[in-house]
Parts: sequence; C-alpha cells; structure tokens
Amino acid sequence: MTEEPIIQLKGLNKTFGSGEGQVVALDGIDLSIYPGEIFGVIGLSGAGKSTLVRCMNLLERPTRGEVIVDGQSLTTLSEKELRMARRSIGMIFQGFNLLMQRTALDNVCFPLELMGKSRREARKKAREMLATVGLADREKAYPAQLSGGQKQRVAIARALATDPKVLLCDEATSALDPTTTLSILELLKELNTRLGVTVVVITHEMKVIEKICSRVAILAHSHIVEMGAVEEIFRHPKTMEARTLIYPASVEETGESYPGGGRFLRLIFDGQATVRPVVTEMVLACGAPVNIAYADTKLIDGKMYGQILLELPGDRVTVGKMLSFLDDAGVKYEEEEETHNG
Amino acid sequence: MGNMLGLVGTGLLETIYMTLGSTVIAYIIGLPVGLLLVVTDKEGIRPHLVLNRTVGIIVNILRSVPFIILLVWVMPVTRAIMGTTIGSKATVVPLVISAAPFVARMVESSAKEVDRGVIEATISMGASTMQIVRKVLMPEAKPSLIIGAAIAITTVLGYSAMAGIVGGGGLGAIAINYGYYRSNSQIMLLMVIVLVVIVQIFQEIGGRLSNKTDKRIR
Ligand SMILES: Nc1ncnc2c1ncn2[C@@H]1O[C@H](COP(=O)(O)OP(=O)(O)O)[C@@H](O)[C@H]1O
Ligand SMILES: [Mg+2]
Repeated sequence: MTEEPIIQLKGLNKTFGSGEGQVVALDGIDLSIYPGEIFGVIGLSGAGKSTLVRCMNLLERPTRGEVIVDGQSLTTLSEKELRMARRSIGMIFQGFNLLMQRTALDNVCFPLELMGKSRREARKKAREMLATVGLADREKAYPAQLSGGQKQRVAIARALATDPKVLLCDEATSALDPTTTLSILELLKELNTRLGVTVVVITHEMKVIEKICSRVAILAHSHIVEMGAVEEIFRHPKTMEARTLIYPASVEETGESYPGGGRFLRLIFDGQATVRPVVTEMVLACGAPVNIAYADTKLIDGKMYGQILLELPGDRVTVGKMLSFLDDAGVKYEEEEETHNG
Repeated sequence: MGNMLGLVGTGLLETIYMTLGSTVIAYIIGLPVGLLLVVTDKEGIRPHLVLNRTVGIIVNILRSVPFIILLVWVMPVTRAIMGTTIGSKATVVPLVISAAPFVARMVESSAKEVDRGVIEATISMGASTMQIVRKVLMPEAKPSLIIGAAIAITTVLGYSAMAGIVGGGGLGAIAINYGYYRSNSQIMLLMVIVLVVIVQIFQEIGGRLSNKTDKRIR
C-alpha cells in the first residue's frame, strides 16, 4: 500500500508499575493501519490488546514510542490539542459505557455538546446517527430499557456522531450473543463502507476477525507475533500462537492422548486442494478405518482451510497406502509420533 | 397549653431554618470539596496526591471532633461572624463547620460510584476535566447524591438539637430547657416525637426523589 497510514505505532512500549510488580503489557510494537480498512487485533486474554488499542487515543500513555493518528503525533500534543484530536477517534467498548441517566438521543448528543454545538444542531445530528444504526424509534429510551445489542448501537452512533476518521472497538461484541454479534459486525462493516471510517477491531474470537477484517495482527505476550491479510494468516499460520487462535482447543492445547497405534497424521488444508471428502475417500480406498482425533476445518470463499488429525492404524502397509492416496489427492500432511508437547 | 403549642411551633420553625440553612451552606462548601477529592484521587481523572492528602486530612480532622466539643470550641469564630453565640442563627456556624466535611465525604462516595468505563468513554470523546465533573460525575451520581443529601439533613437536624445545650435555639433548646431542667417528661417526649417525624419526612422525600430521578430503574 502506498497510501499514508491513518494510524501508525512506532516502537511502542507500555509498562505498568515499577520494580517487583512491573508488567510489560506491550513491547516493541510497530504497526500501520491504512485509511478505510478494517484491521483486527486478536490475542488471548492478557496479551495486551486493550492496552494496545487504548494507546491509539492515549487513554493509556505509552512508556516509549510514538502514536501517530491522522498525521498527528499524539504524545507530543498539549492537553487541549489532544482533546481536539480525540474528536476524530471514536471508541466503543465491551461494556457499552453509556450514560445511564441520559436517553439514547441525549447519549448521542453528548460528544456534540462537548464540542459546543447548539442543542438544536446536536439533536439533528444525533437523530441522523440513531437512524443510521437503526434505532430511530428508541430515541427516548434510557440505556436500562435497551438490550445489549441496542446499547452497542447507541454507543456506535455516539462514537460516530463527531464524524471521526477512526473507530476503535475494544471487544465490542464480547458481551453479546452470537446472533447479535453478527448484526453488530455487519453494521460496522456497512458503516466502514458507507462512511469510509477506518475500523480497528480488538477481539479474542477468530470468527470476528474472519467475518469483517481485511488484515489482522496476532498479539501474544506483549508482541505482535504475526501480521498480514486474514486469508494469508488462515492459510499459513506460522506461529504456535496463531494456530492456537485459529484452531482453538487443538491437541497441542488439551494435551490429551488417544488410544491406538500412537502414530498420528496431521492433514493440512490450506485452500489449495479441491474440496472433497478426503478422509472418507481414503478410508474407502485403503479399506481400513482411521480414528479422527481432532478436526477443525472452515470453508472460506469456497476453499478449505484447517486441520484434521488422524490416528493411524498399526499396520505399516495400510499406512503406506494412505500416504500415497493423500499424495495423489494433493493434500498436505505431517506425520507425528507424539502429539502433545511438554 | 396554647402557649406551649406556640412555643413548639416557633421551635419547629427555628429548627427547620437552622437545619436547611446549614445544610445548604454545608453543600456550597462540601460539594466542590467532595468532587475535588474524587478528581484528585490516585485513580481519579486528574490525580494529585499532595492536594488529595491535604484536603483529606483536614476533612478527617474536622470530622473526628465531636460536635458538642466543636460547638464550644468555635464560639469565638461564631461571635466574629454572627455577633453572638446564642440563638439559632449562631448555631449555623458550628453546624456548617461540622456538616461540610461530612457532606464532602458523602459527595465523594456518591461520585466514586460512577462507572469508570463511562468516564473513560467520555475522555475518549475529548471531554475536559470540568466537563466530566459537570456533565458526567454529577448527573450520573444524582440519585445517590439526593440520598446523601437526605442523610446530611437528618444528621444536621440531630446536631441542631444538641446545640440546644449551649444556648442554640429550636426544638433542642425547648427539650433541654423544659424537658430536662424543669423535668417535664411530656415536653421531652413531644420533642422526640416531633424530631422523629421530621427525620422520617426528610428520608422519605429523599428516597422518593432519588428513585424518581434514577433512570437505571426501568
Ligand atoms: N492499569 C493497569 N495496571 C497494571 N497492569 C495492567 C493495567 N492494565 C493492564 N495491565 C496488565 O497488562 C497486561 C495486558 O492487559 P490488557 O491490555 O488488558 O490485555 P487484553 O486486553 O489482551 O486482555 C495484563 O497482564 C494486565 O494485567
Ligand atoms: Mg481487553
């Protein structure tokens, strides 16, 4: 991409506390996010995701490094300048964080009031925003009268009322049920297209990334361990951390052992091979059963990604037949003696 | 007996005047102090350890002096301000000095109840410290602040009755002068009943007002 990044983090470090109880939440983070993209950051709990996104509007001031948003280096700004800069960076949260004593409409008016807009102007814009998120008919409702999904819609309307260039979402769907999660993700995608707002999505769920992100960074132990196009990361997860996130509860994680020959075969689907019932065909062709120890495959754009772990029969000849079948079928595989590490 | 009723009526008015007047002045001082304590707290929106500690210690010292001692102790101040140390007007001075730090702590605890996440959301929208105090802390804590005010009023009411011992006016003075010095147990009982009723009324009004303003309740 030749465009200027809208968000740029350079050599970012964030350390909490000092001495014995010191926690390094972020270490040497370099990241560029470009205008109009939906960028995902995924990691397990405690990886530093919230700290990372909170550094993007300086809710958290980095210990070292630079945060550049829309051409401005935030750490060098005066307090007043920073408040101005924050108007062009919207943010939504897992807990919605609406003002409980204000109606939906007045919640959306809030950032406009802060800017000194007249009540009339603020209400006009707020109504527009509520209509955009599909809540025109609930303007008089208080947050306590709204469902989780509706609250997040109000929060989105509020975050976008000042026409920001960036929307930061910290686990914005983590408190919602799967159906509501999908509808909120679809809304974010629609707003991204319609308004051109750059969206940064923080999550611990791969399906959120899969659903709306174009690029993703994998955060583990305060570092970005992998970054790239979502499809690319799915296809070749290089690190252990990436695999753990893409194939949750994999054997590496559970460490369970399976009875049988003790030899395992890991089939790897990277979107190259044609979609077909490979295991079934193999069993039929070789005339011997296999035990499926673990499987997690996904279809993305009509291509198959994921892994299947097979426990092989003890008979070497049958194993040989199976391997040659897989070779012919163009399926990648790895043979493993021991499946659990440690 | 008619004379007695007139006496009680005047006492009641004096008590209400002392109580409400002192509470209002105590809030004028205590509300900003309480908000200052929240804002400058270690976890506050503008931490300032030295200021927070200093104000906190002053508040604690004033709160730990028993009211009856404070009453006598501040007499020179009372005379300087009011020109006298007796009567209900004079009682306002020790009442305010005693109630303001109490109010500050009540306000502090109410404002601390406001969800940290909500405050962060408003910071992320570019709110200044003053805007957060005026548009977030106070309105969001309103139901709790109202309950606190009802408690403050009833506490001040109790103190105002105590002031009767050293020449303050109102129902407390009647209870002391007639009920205690002249051993009129009926008057004593009547005063107690009137005070209990007033406390009930203020609590009830506070509770209802708080519930009515609180939009967290469906
Ligand atoms: N305010 C804080 N004070 C001390 N430690 C913190 C603070 N915020 C986060 N941390 C620590 O930093 C690490 C990363 O936290 P966080 O960014 O919240 O992770 P995530 O959002 O990925 O779950 C954790 O170890 C957490 O305990
Ligand atoms: Mg988090």
